[in-house]
Amino acid sequence: MLVLLVLLALAAILVIFVIGVYNGLVRARNDVKNGWSQIDVQLKRRHDLIPNLVETVRGYMTHERGTLEAVTKARQQAISVSGDVADRMKAENMLSQTLRSLFAVAESYPDLKANQNFLALQEEVTSTENKIGFARQYYNDTAMRLKNKVEMFPSNIFASMFGFSPEPFFEVETAAERQAPQIKF
Amino acid sequence: MFELIRANQRRAAFLVVAVAGLLIATGYAIGEVVQPGAGPAGLVAGFALWAILSVVAYSSGDSIFLGLAGARRIEKKDHPVLFNVVEEMCVASGLATPPAVYVIDQEAPNAFATGRSETGASIAVTAGLLERLDRDELQGVIGHELAHIKNRDVLYLMMLGALAGAIVILADAGRRFLWYGRGRRRTSDKGGGGAVILVVALVLMIVAPIVAHLLYLAVSRRREYLADACGARFTRYPEGLASALEKIAASPAALSGVSRAMAPMYISDPLATPGARRLSSWGGTHPPIEERIRILRSMAGEASLARYEESFRKVTRRPVGVFPAAVLAEERAAAATRAPTPDPRTRVDRVRQTTDMLWRLKGFAFLPCACGTTLKVPPAYAGETIHCPQCGAEHPVPHPAVTV
Repeated sequence: MLVLLVLLALAAILVIFVIGVYNGLVRARNDVKNGWSQIDVQLKRRHDLIPNLVETVRGYMTHERGTLEAVTKARQQAISVSGDVADRMKAENMLSQTLRSLFAVAESYPDLKANQNFLALQEEVTSTENKIGFARQYYNDTAMRLKNKVEMFPSNIFASMFGFSPEPFFEVETAAERQAPQIKF
Repeated sequence: MFELIRANQRRAAFLVVAVAGLLIATGYAIGEVVQPGAGPAGLVAGFALWAILSVVAYSSGDSIFLGLAGARRIEKKDHPVLFNVVEEMCVASGLATPPAVYVIDQEAPNAFATGRSETGASIAVTAGLLERLDRDELQGVIGHELAHIKNRDVLYLMMLGALAGAIVILADAGRRFLWYGRGRRRTSDKGGGGAVILVVALVLMIVAPIVAHLLYLAVSRRREYLADACGARFTRYPEGLASALEKIAASPAALSGVSRAMAPMYISDPLATPGARRLSSWGGTHPPIEERIRILRSMAGEASLARYEESFRKVTRRPVGVFPAAVLAEERAAAATRAPTPDPRTRVDRVRQTTDMLWRLKGFAFLPCACGTTLKVPPAYAGETIHCPQCGAEHPVPHPAVTV
């Protein structure tokens, strides 16, 4: 009788433990998904800001058609590219670069730099670039946590049992890429 | 971060139980002294006090603190940079609901966070802070404050503060009773047991409030280090927070309207004088600011919690670090620091942004004139039109003064 009770208690403890580990794994995976959707939100926001920016700048930058067209084209590319994450990120990085050169060119237009609308848009784009960077950083943090849980004892036993697997990381971005558009006044 | 929050909760629960034990002992002993056999009643009285203090702190703490500090809620259009920085740090820390943003119209650079949970938290910064700090520095400060929110420091220090407060009130009442009330019944109480309980009660009455208060301060200082470490990790740029702290320490202005209970939530001790802020002290809610700066500066190219721990040990030469081993085990990933972000705003731009925001909050109308001047019309201005002081053009004044 006593042995049975002890066995029952042990079984109950084991069940509670497994539930805890399982919930921890689910939470970790949901965090990764959240992190991923946050990146999407910020990229989308940048796409939405660009037409406005181009419109504002167009009147001032009469000699920079090429720069503006590059930005518009890169945006179109980033929106339309589908499927592979690596391809998408390549298109987004391309967009970052064209934006950076747009802001660099804006340097030589004092009237533009005095335009309140342009300054407000510049602040929004800068901040969105920062948010994209921080969203990637957060995603990597959550992916690392999931990877740890999936690989470390004892949660690795249950991870393989319930079919949890690590999610891919973003490659470590170069320092230049992490930087917001370089503008010196 | 995740393991850190859990480890913090475990430690916090342990400490709260320990201080609650102290409250029980003090209450019981004082009850026995007042009337032999009334120990349980004293215990109940102690808990009732704690319950009252906790309920008050829990239900209206936030609004009391924000009201005392003279904080005014702002929207994104009032100060876009501040709002964007808060949003950036929310993304970096994974905080789902951005906190409400408040500003305090004061020169002393400082900031605090309040809120019992991740939802419905608030952050308040002073005008002086917005004027002095560039974007990276502001990011560091906001990161530090969001760490307080993520780590539930406000709730924890509130609970601990209420416990310590209950012990102080109880011990004070006990001392008063011994001083004024006990003489009358001395003849009836000659037993040896009574003497022992009297000595125990006396010791508890003197020691318990001190211990509770010192514990509270130690916890507060520890949470500052933790928030610094998290701020550096969220931003991946320890230098931003370090140089913000340097600017804060250098300012001679003092903050008014600070509640003592709120002091631990500020980024820099608002009650300390500029000189005292630098000194090492175990009697303060914050570690000496220069030590915090030195720890952040010797992190050298790495923003992980593990590097902060290393740096902390090196600078303070203390054998015990800030982080439990379990946290460091989880935080194996490298977190290289990033390059500084250029801030196109000069000091003049920042001051203008901040003062414009304060004027708007006070109800001034902004009228742009064709000559490039912006007229700021006070809400009390009675006339129908106003002349531009630069070019003399006449402008109609919107009534009631609307902010554009």
